[in-house]
Amino acid sequence: MSTKEIAGNTVNLTEDGYLTDPSQWTKEIAEAIAAEEGITLSEAHWKVIDFLKKDYEATGTLASIRRINKTGGIPTKEFYTLFPDGPLKKAARIAGLSRPASCV
Amino acid sequence: MKKVLIIGAGTGGTMMAVNLSRKLNRKEWGITVLDKDPNHYYQPGYLFIPFDMYTRRDVIRKGEKYMPRGVEYLLAEAEQIIPDQNKVTLKDGREISYDVLIIATGTTIYPEETEGMLENGWRENIFDFYTVEGAEALAEKLRTFEGGRVAVHVAEMPIKCPVAPLEFLFMVEWYFNKKGMRKNVDIDFVTPLSGAFSKPGTAKVMGHMMEERGINMVADFGTERVEPGKLISYDDRSVDFDLLVTTPTNMGDALMERSGLGDDLNFVPTDKHTLQAEARDNIFVIGDATNLPSSKAGSVVHFEAEILTENVLSYINGKELKASFDGHSNCFVESGYGKAFLIDFNYELDPVEGTYPMPVLGPFSLLKETRVNHLGKLFMKFMYWNILLRGIPAPGLGSKMGTAGKKIPKEPPKSNTRPDLHVVGKKAA
Repeated sequence: MSTKEIAGNTVNLTEDGYLTDPSQWTKEIAEAIAAEEGITLSEAHWKVIDFLKKDYEATGTLASIRRINKTGGIPTKEFYTLFPDGPLKKAARIAGLSRPASCV
Repeated sequence: MKKVLIIGAGTGGTMMAVNLSRKLNRKEWGITVLDKDPNHYYQPGYLFIPFDMYTRRDVIRKGEKYMPRGVEYLLAEAEQIIPDQNKVTLKDGREISYDVLIIATGTTIYPEETEGMLENGWRENIFDFYTVEGAEALAEKLRTFEGGRVAVHVAEMPIKCPVAPLEFLFMVEWYFNKKGMRKNVDIDFVTPLSGAFSKPGTAKVMGHMMEERGINMVADFGTERVEPGKLISYDDRSVDFDLLVTTPTNMGDALMERSGLGDDLNFVPTDKHTLQAEARDNIFVIGDATNLPSSKAGSVVHFEAEILTENVLSYINGKELKASFDGHSNCFVESGYGKAFLIDFNYELDPVEGTYPMPVLGPFSLLKETRVNHLGKLFMKFMYWNILLRGIPAPGLGSKMGTAGKKIPKEPPKSNTRPDLHVVGKKAA
């Protein structure tokens, strides 16, 4: 774990760059992490991030791609277009949630 | 008379029936096991069928044979679980009331979840080895396969036995080699994961093995659809195949959907330590039917059965549920050429090297490919039918993961599952 300043806030990060405490997250931090990933957040991106955060609050776990589609109403194809190359990993990082744990 | 109802007479349901029949006061408690299939399957054996090493006779027995005396074994299909009324309705209109319900309904493949998979060559040049019929059809296909592009594919996580696709991969490479036709075959491993396996240390070992065997890895492949002879990903990549051996989407029993007890994949939200359903205090869940972040594998079910037996007894006696499952999983990984790996891990600690179950003596080697491990894998069939399923204690197979004989680095390979993420669910009043 390390500490880093992002968008004027000091946050705790895992070694692969995920916030360890979702409560440290701000919209500015999301934009800064998105920029690191080469993504400019549009309304469509925010819809995904909002769903992931709300769902996390309700269930305590990061939604799967299937759940983002089925429950969040975001088509998987669109999700891949919004967050290219590892969409769930990127979206989770931007939303200040943990790295997706692929169930063994 | 009070009742424990177990739905599903697979590995978990049968083990729970055996354990509880010994521990419950039988004057007060009756046990009913409900299943829709008269057969019991030794599922790890499916892997050997495509290579003509096992036939269906090795993997199928009558389920009734394994039911302890005094347990009611009912062959019928459940229509709905109604938790508010503590009862289960059956398709034939009957109803069964319960005091404690144990869900052991497993997971099944759903090829129809992937667009085009059933339409564009199912059981012609697209096969699974997660059903007896699929494994047999694949055996027949392999006997006459003349070469070309073989894709071994995983559609979506989680899957039953996450090492099985890797085992198939290594076995099929060996199979073609033995037949002297390896040079006529290109093998791709197509996975939604970023590596060969979800645990980084193991992924590295398996990835290395794939390189040695000349197997090409296609990672981060989120399968959108299957076209004739072609897999297409959501990010518009494609993999051509002449033969596709797929692990289709795995889902829990549709009964969970009908009963409002399942998640998006019909797995039942379950406390990962106590195995109590989040929905109700008197419902418990075991094995593949849970949403636990552990492997969907027989060894896991075996370890869970020990924990769950203790917790069901505590629940019945009005005591706190003290037994806690640690996510222990123990898997042989058959790698062809008469060898196998063995991995042993839990929620917190990833597989490491060492010996198992005893320090130095082993006889099994962890995260290394040996002949003794392969013999262990083959011996599992006997162990399963005659020891594990009958509830006879097996040495070295305790529910808690041990660390003796393991080479644990100073900074242990932590699982990427963050424990704080698994919030205990809201219990209904």
